[in-house]
Amino acid sequence: MADKVKVKITVNGTLYEREVEPRLLLSDFIRHDLGLTGTHVGCEHGLCGACTVLMDGEAVRSCIQFTVMADGTDIKTVESLGTMEKMHPIQEAFQEKHALQCGFCTPGFLMTTVEYLGKNPNPTAEEAREAIDGNFCRCTGYENIVEAVQLAAKKLAARDQ
Amino acid sequence: MKPAPFDYFAPTSLEEALDKLTELGYSGKVLAGGQSLIPAMNFRMARPAALVDLNKVTELSYIKPTDNGGLAIGTMTRDSAVEDSDIVKQRFPIIAEVMPNIAHKQIRNRGTFGGAVAHADPAAQIPALSLLLDAKMKIQSKKGERVVDAQDFFMGPFMTVLEPEDMLTEVLLPGLLPGTGCSYKQISRQRGGYAQAAAISKVVMDGIKVKDVSVVLFSVAETPVLTQEPRRVLVGQVPTAEAIEAVAAYVAQNECDPGTDIHGTTEYRRNLVHVLVRRSLNEAVERAKK
Repeated sequence: MADKVKVKITVNGTLYEREVEPRLLLSDFIRHDLGLTGTHVGCEHGLCGACTVLMDGEAVRSCIQFTVMADGTDIKTVESLGTMEKMHPIQEAFQEKHALQCGFCTPGFLMTTVEYLGKNPNPTAEEAREAIDGNFCRCTGYENIVEAVQLAAKKLAARDQ
Repeated sequence: MKPAPFDYFAPTSLEEALDKLTELGYSGKVLAGGQSLIPAMNFRMARPAALVDLNKVTELSYIKPTDNGGLAIGTMTRDSAVEDSDIVKQRFPIIAEVMPNIAHKQIRNRGTFGGAVAHADPAAQIPALSLLLDAKMKIQSKKGERVVDAQDFFMGPFMTVLEPEDMLTEVLLPGLLPGTGCSYKQISRQRGGYAQAAAISKVVMDGIKVKDVSVVLFSVAETPVLTQEPRRVLVGQVPTAEAIEAVAAYVAQNECDPGTDIHGTTEYRRNLVHVLVRRSLNEAVERAKK
């Protein structure tokens, strides 16, 4: 077995220092080692987008990154957004627009939307559709999700005023 | 865990990385963005004994303008950095046009320009772009440095001239001539999905006549294909709709070798090539005239 490697990774504001096998996927590190099970693992080869997290502010698929590649980075998972009592505006928008049924894909959609709206605060429906082109939802179709992304943009703008 | 175990090295300088690749020889493999390699490792289709991770070699990430109107792109430059770069938009609008078609934002945030070239996926956009734009591949190893033309770089599906101790460190794109127009056309089943067929054209006009033309196809052969017929027939001619149509028909029948798979037959994909070459050549001519 290959030697373990020391990593320092900040996840949701907490610095973790761990020794990991080089082959440990970032998604498995987040879920199994840190117990942050909000990040979901769907296809495990970079197609479905369910495992999307932010790495230094950019959306990435944690199932096709090794944990060792994230050494020194700042990771944000869905747990960083809101709480049960006080949801993040993007989460509120997804709830209000019924943009989920089973919810399995939702963490990935949310984290993708966080990055996207940070750079594109006022998307058209067409742009919102493009923004989520890397995330699969097998329940709802995408109409409500597109509406949720646009509603989230309005909520974020109102919050930041 | 899904991938097989491997030894891991994370050099922080190019020199250190080249030393490690020489030491490892055939057992070593470069890890760039990992967006193709890691899925293959998750399936255990790829089981490298050792990986040399370049993510901490920051000196390999840059987009530098060159004196001849071109660009030098460091191998670890992320696809999204290329996509968003103003100097890329200004000097090579075709690159900025193609980039959003590469998979999805999450992939482009990690995938690298040089990694895609070195990976040489016959269905990938960046190797095809490098062929279209006459890229020079800067290859370094502990023994020294050499530069290989894109035309001589791709050997087969996922195969290049790179030796185990080599690293592609930079893709050098010579500047476009004045009067150049380019156009990209692809058909894929969904946005971000692999193209079933794609064509990129580059046309240089001199008045109403074609001074130079290149058409590259991909996803329809074992490597990206720099076609011959457009240059043979159109240079020195007025690119009429009829002439372009004839070239497109010829290229579709004679200069690609698409397979049959679940998404389409050989015949269907030849038809796509025909249509895409016609559309991209027509648009490139229009853009070159402006």
